[in-house]
Amino acid sequence: MKGKFTNVGIVIVSHSPLVAKGTADMVRQMVGDRVPLSWCGGNPEGGLGTNAAGILAAIEAAWSDHGVAVFVDLGGAETNSEMAIEMLGEPRSRLVAICNSPLVEGAVIAAAEASGGAPLAKVVATAEELSPS
Amino acid sequence: MQTDRALILGLIEACHDAITIHADDLCELDRAIGDGDHGTNMRRGCEAVYLDRERLCCLALPQAIELIGVALVMSVGGAAGPLYGTLLIELGRRLSILENEGDFALIFGEAIEAVARRGRAGAGDKTLLDVLYPIQAEIMRRSTLINIAKRAVLSAELTADMKAMRGRASFLGDRSVGHIDPGASSCAHLTTAICRYLEEYRPA
Ligand SMILES: [Mg+2]
Repeated sequence: MKGKFTNVGIVIVSHSPLVAKGTADMVRQMVGDRVPLSWCGGNPEGGLGTNAAGILAAIEAAWSDHGVAVFVDLGGAETNSEMAIEMLGEPRSRLVAICNSPLVEGAVIAAAEASGGAPLAKVVATAEELSPS
Repeated sequence: MQTDRALILGLIEACHDAITIHADDLCELDRAIGDGDHGTNMRRGCEAVYLDRERLCCLALPQAIELIGVALVMSVGGAAGPLYGTLLIELGRRLSILENEGDFALIFGEAIEAVARRGRAGAGDKTLLDVLYPIQAEIMRRSTLINIAKRAVLSAELTADMKAMRGRASFLGDRSVGHIDPGASSCAHLTTAICRYLEEYRPA
């Protein structure tokens, strides 16, 4: 799988499986399969919550050697995503960034940027422009 | 001197039992100022560690502590998974480097600082740090296990007066005052269980 994609990957993390999947659907509608995409929503039982192991698997599934941008909703999603990224280990962890942006808008605009071949820093910056600072 | 095996098994069981007994109360506390899942999340984590106890008890204590931390990260979720996980991973790693030569209070303090960085929180923010810092202070002054446990329980109660600055409870602002923080409460229960176990089984 490694190196298969030349575009930055997108990972959606939400406390809700429905929100995560729905957001991923919206991204997919926008960019088709030109961007590696995966999502993780909810706790391991499928209820509302977060799940570091699931986030790690989602990052693996959307892996691109050009980097992966992760979009999160509330605090626990961010903290668990940080842990998952650390567990990837160096040097791959350096290729993954958590975007400080609204989940849906951020993921869609980032994916649009990524589908044009933009590097990770540009993909992240474009999404973060949406953030109220 | 008991072997690490007995100590590790005993600690895992003590923590597992404490969380099982208090899971409903922890959910209740979390329902008041959060999303109501803290007890469920902690129970899932302690269950995962408990099921893996036969493998964990074959390890040296520092390594077991680190791997218990990893198991908690992978199973607890919420903010608690990364926070408790970071505490134990950092503690285990530091203890294994220093073996028995280091000062436990200082090592524990460093692990707590890693938790603070992970949660971007500090003392008084109404989190489990408001129990961890006082415990560390007690260990520093070589308090008895009973006094460490008492201080943990008292410190958790004191979080009721605090306004939440981190996590979902912070969305409530002043309305978070008057409720004990669920993470501080689980931390006090675990500390009590650990201290009680060590008190009973301390090597002669
Ligand atoms: Mg919660």
